[in-house]
Amino acid sequence: MLTLVLIFFPLLAALGTLILPRDNAKMYSFISSLIQLGITAYAFILFLTQGTDALAANYEWVPALGISLQVGLDGISILLVALTNILIPLIILSSFRNNYSNPAAFYGLILLMQFALIGVFAALDGFLFYVFWELALIPIWFICLLWGGEERIRITLKFFIYTLAGSLLMLLGLIFVYLQTPAPHSFSIDALYQASLTAEMQGYIFWCFFLAFAIKIPVFPFHTWQPDTYTDAPAQGSMLLSGIMLKMGIYGIIRWMLPILPLGIAEWGNCVMILCAISIVYASVIAIYQKDFKRLIAYSSIAHVGLITAGVFSLSMQGLQGSVVQMLAHGINVVGLFFIADIIQRRMKTRQMDSLGGLANNSPLFSILFIIVLLGSVALPLTNGFVGEFLLLLGVYSYNAWLAAICGLTVILGAVYMFRAYQKVMLGEVHERSVEFTGLAKSEKIVLIIIAALIIVCGVYPKPILSITQPALEEIVLNLQGVN
Amino acid sequence: MHQFIWLIPILPLVGFILIGILNKRLPIQWSGGIASVAVFLSFLISLGVFKEVQMDNFVPERIVYFNWIAAGNLTIDFAFLIDQLSAIMLLVVTGVGFLIHIYSIGYMHHEADHSRFFSYLNLFIFFMLLLVMGSNYIVMFAGWEGVGLCSYLLIGFWFKNTEYNNAAKKAFIMNRIGDLGFLLGVFLIFMTFGSVSFKEVFEGAKQFSSNDPTITAICILLFIGAIGKSAQLPLYTWLPDAMAGPTPVSALIHAATMVTAGIYMVVRSNVLFELSPYASEIIAIVGLATAFFAATIGLKQNDIKKVLAYSTVSQLGYMFVALGVGAYDTALFHVITHAFFKALLFLGAGSVIHAMSGEQDIRRMGALKGKLPITHLTFLIGTLAITGIPPLAGFFSKDEILAVAHGYSLPIFTLLSITSVLTAVYMFRLYWLVFYGNFRGTEHQKTHLHESPYSMTIPLMVLAVLSSIGGFIGMPEIFHAPHLLKEFLQPIIWKSATYHPSHSFEYALIAVSIVALMIIIYATYHTYVKRGQLPEEDKDLPAGIPKLLTNKYYVDEIYNSLITRPLDYMSGFFSTYIEKGFIDKIVNGTGPALQGLSGVLRFAQTGNIGGYVFSMVVGIIAILLLTLIVY
Amino acid sequence: MNSILSVVPIEYYLGLSVILFTIGVMGVLFRRNAIIVFMCIELMLNAVNLLLTAFSTLHGEAGGQVMVFFIMAVAAAEVAVGLAILVMIYNNLRTVDIKEMNKLKW
Repeated sequence: MLTLVLIFFPLLAALGTLILPRDNAKMYSFISSLIQLGITAYAFILFLTQGTDALAANYEWVPALGISLQVGLDGISILLVALTNILIPLIILSSFRNNYSNPAAFYGLILLMQFALIGVFAALDGFLFYVFWELALIPIWFICLLWGGEERIRITLKFFIYTLAGSLLMLLGLIFVYLQTPAPHSFSIDALYQASLTAEMQGYIFWCFFLAFAIKIPVFPFHTWQPDTYTDAPAQGSMLLSGIMLKMGIYGIIRWMLPILPLGIAEWGNCVMILCAISIVYASVIAIYQKDFKRLIAYSSIAHVGLITAGVFSLSMQGLQGSVVQMLAHGINVVGLFFIADIIQRRMKTRQMDSLGGLANNSPLFSILFIIVLLGSVALPLTNGFVGEFLLLLGVYSYNAWLAAICGLTVILGAVYMFRAYQKVMLGEVHERSVEFTGLAKSEKIVLIIIAALIIVCGVYPKPILSITQPALEEIVLNLQGVN
Repeated sequence: MHQFIWLIPILPLVGFILIGILNKRLPIQWSGGIASVAVFLSFLISLGVFKEVQMDNFVPERIVYFNWIAAGNLTIDFAFLIDQLSAIMLLVVTGVGFLIHIYSIGYMHHEADHSRFFSYLNLFIFFMLLLVMGSNYIVMFAGWEGVGLCSYLLIGFWFKNTEYNNAAKKAFIMNRIGDLGFLLGVFLIFMTFGSVSFKEVFEGAKQFSSNDPTITAICILLFIGAIGKSAQLPLYTWLPDAMAGPTPVSALIHAATMVTAGIYMVVRSNVLFELSPYASEIIAIVGLATAFFAATIGLKQNDIKKVLAYSTVSQLGYMFVALGVGAYDTALFHVITHAFFKALLFLGAGSVIHAMSGEQDIRRMGALKGKLPITHLTFLIGTLAITGIPPLAGFFSKDEILAVAHGYSLPIFTLLSITSVLTAVYMFRLYWLVFYGNFRGTEHQKTHLHESPYSMTIPLMVLAVLSSIGGFIGMPEIFHAPHLLKEFLQPIIWKSATYHPSHSFEYALIAVSIVALMIIIYATYHTYVKRGQLPEEDKDLPAGIPKLLTNKYYVDEIYNSLITRPLDYMSGFFSTYIEKGFIDKIVNGTGPALQGLSGVLRFAQTGNIGGYVFSMVVGIIAILLLTLIVY
Repeated sequence: MNSILSVVPIEYYLGLSVILFTIGVMGVLFRRNAIIVFMCIELMLNAVNLLLTAFSTLHGEAGGQVMVFFIMAVAAAEVAVGLAILVMIYNNLRTVDIKEMNKLKW
């Protein structure tokens, strides 16, 4: 029941923005997201004390087709829900210094996005999952379209059609699996897990699912919508997209692909691994060349999620654990990075790194917080990035040592592009434009300090996260080993 | 002492946080004071730990604080290991660290941003202690990467200078190349032994036979990590560049502690390396090549800190030779003595630079002996120690390395001896040029010349004393004194290379080296002081070997054109041609492709109703016929 | 069996329907006057209606005849709308030749 509250509370809040006087939208949405965070905390406690059953709910929706409103949270999804509900208030708070036109619509859409995202993570019914999956696309599309940069129309159209095309393939696969479930057919996750699929069928369905997820994540070579969209979207849009939305793809793989298609994965897994390795090296190398800071973050994000995907497909306990930890870590870090890009852009009116420089001189606090976020992103030990990256690389290593060496290049290349960017933006002679760079405002300080604290805390003591995910992932791994 | 051990790394961390938060509000006495006190307290506790370790009934102690990472069958505890090796390293790190903190108070006197400097220094000490105390490879790696970060922050301390920033970035990235090797080594260790904890790994390793390919692979991967951190060929170029940082940083990080982390790691893993003679041979060869190569470059450098930097690279090469031939305790011996005399030399150089108002070029110095008496004297002791004049510290450790090398292979011994001659040449060249001859700086510099304050000279004196007597912890056999260090380290070394050179050889070695050194000292004196010959200005360099050496064999340029530029080019190529020109073309191409298709198909839309009806009827008939045929 | 089918067998109905339907199709295909095309469509509909009633009687199933009423109702509606459109077209084009009505293309 509580899970349903978690899902629908943001929807109610979003509807609330419609009747609200527009000047209060910021504060209103921020408070509602804080309430949501409170509910999440309560759910978390409930989960820890009473286990998954306390958060499960199952209501009929379209009984004739075996569609139900089945939701629940296990160790993996509750962490992602928590991530969403921690990031959304931060994202809203991060926009306090921006003055978007029509704020009621803007914040309403963010809350609507929250609704869809939590729905995706909590759904335990294939159809429901698909509905939320598509629903998540709509608010983010509007956010990018209405508040984006100059080329927003062309870019958002591409983004929309590209991801939609992938989703349709997934729907196709989902219906196929549904038809193979024991009679009476059902979209419930348990029924889908029991679908009798031959190896050949699984091979085809694998690609239906994987394309949808790969486009969302994105994995090379399905990534070309991403840098443009991230660059052109408003800061909060980029944060939502990279911080939370792309985790939908990885989560989808863990929740829906690994258990349903073990044979398909056995057949095509190595192919995906190679794509991921290419993703990592390719995106990292491109990131070196970028001049636009936001675009650099976009490419670094491709490299990071490439590694996460590789860890998932390594099918080892370390890889999977690492992928969950890294999803959280990447969510936090990338939101931090995009926020930093936004802070700079708002003050300097440019993101071109060549025309920045010497910002460290004006705001020591900003440079320290920046470097902490950056260290999380290059996976220095005792930051959250390290725990994830270490486990992921170990997982990939257990799959194939050479592949791990290639994926490991991210350790080096990540340092190259990140430190290059840091140097260009923050260090060096004070650029004439940088003189006006003012210190951080209160809301900015709060957001960045919280992010920095999360980065360090999760890096020093990641144990709670790991022990929450352990049982859920163990089940998946056991299931996979049983089949192979 | 047990319950205080966690304080050793935590105290500097607290110092870092405290200074970092208070930042600009602190006067330098306070920021430097807090930092120094934190390290000093750590030093005191380390002393206590050392005392405990020295006791007869001591057993190595593993103190688990919490479970850090656990996934599947992997568990990594955040735990410290206290044994002979870590105890002695603790003393070196906190002891030398403390002296350098004190020195920095004087050195950074004029720096407005001193709080940032001291907080970074304390953070460095924290990570270095983590590295030394970690009881498994991952905690060690945390320290390992952390010191790299601090090195980055401190090299680029004056962040307005682009060149310094480049040096800092280069150091971090080159370290990371090694770190990847280290990580892969740790993965292989985990795959092989199912654990990353030293105890389990080494116990498991003892079951393996010698030259097992897995062990060799592990050793080589770990050694790649050591190459990056300890600046060996081919990843050494960051260390000379790292001299961009303030001089105390060069002394602490790039001479005494961080760069020796690679050696510490190999000594720690001596069980593994002992099992792989093949990997050990590689280490010896890399070490030897580095020692020789760097020494030749050192001959022609004109920046006082660059000379010392190449000397450090060369000395690190020495230590790796010792590791390669299996004399782990000897390597550690040289780590310790080197920490004393190289820190002394760097701090001395810092004092000279301080007096010269920031000048680093030895062609602009000279005749500083009279104006800087304490600096001069201590620098002389350092120089004598590094060249290996008995009974100073460097003599004993170097002599021991030469002796074990002799037992291992004659070519290595020969080349190492030549290197040691080169060391003496460049060190005395430096010494004579800086302290003797005529003053060659500007008038302004001349009027400014002054001996450094006590906060700087006292650490110099302490280090000079240590450099003088530090060698007595490892006396060679012929003096019939116990080799204290060897005995102390015995429990942690699995099988040490046991080589007992004949007494006559030992005597010969000592005699020859003393005579050779005397000749070199006189020869360099003759060249640089009596004849007053000065190194050429850069533009007057004769072509050939001197130019090649002054330009450091053009290694930086080679790396630039072999790696940096191709990478940039590749990045541009990927971005322009593959990304925008190929993949995105295909994706975007679906739009025009569909438009093109519709452009063809729309002509079927004639607008002629008769035509539509006709095709409809034909279609219906076709379907009917098809149904007939199929069923 | 006292059904009408005992008097006129089902084959006759079938034949008649086919002939009517074919005339309708041919008319639609080859005539150019829109009104005649219309009438031909009606002819086809009625051919089907005839067949439906015949088979309905044959199988003793009322559903077929229900369908016929349904078709007649739809046909009436269709004629009403269709003729209205035709009148409009005639008002505008002064012709009801379908060859002339080819503005809706590419």
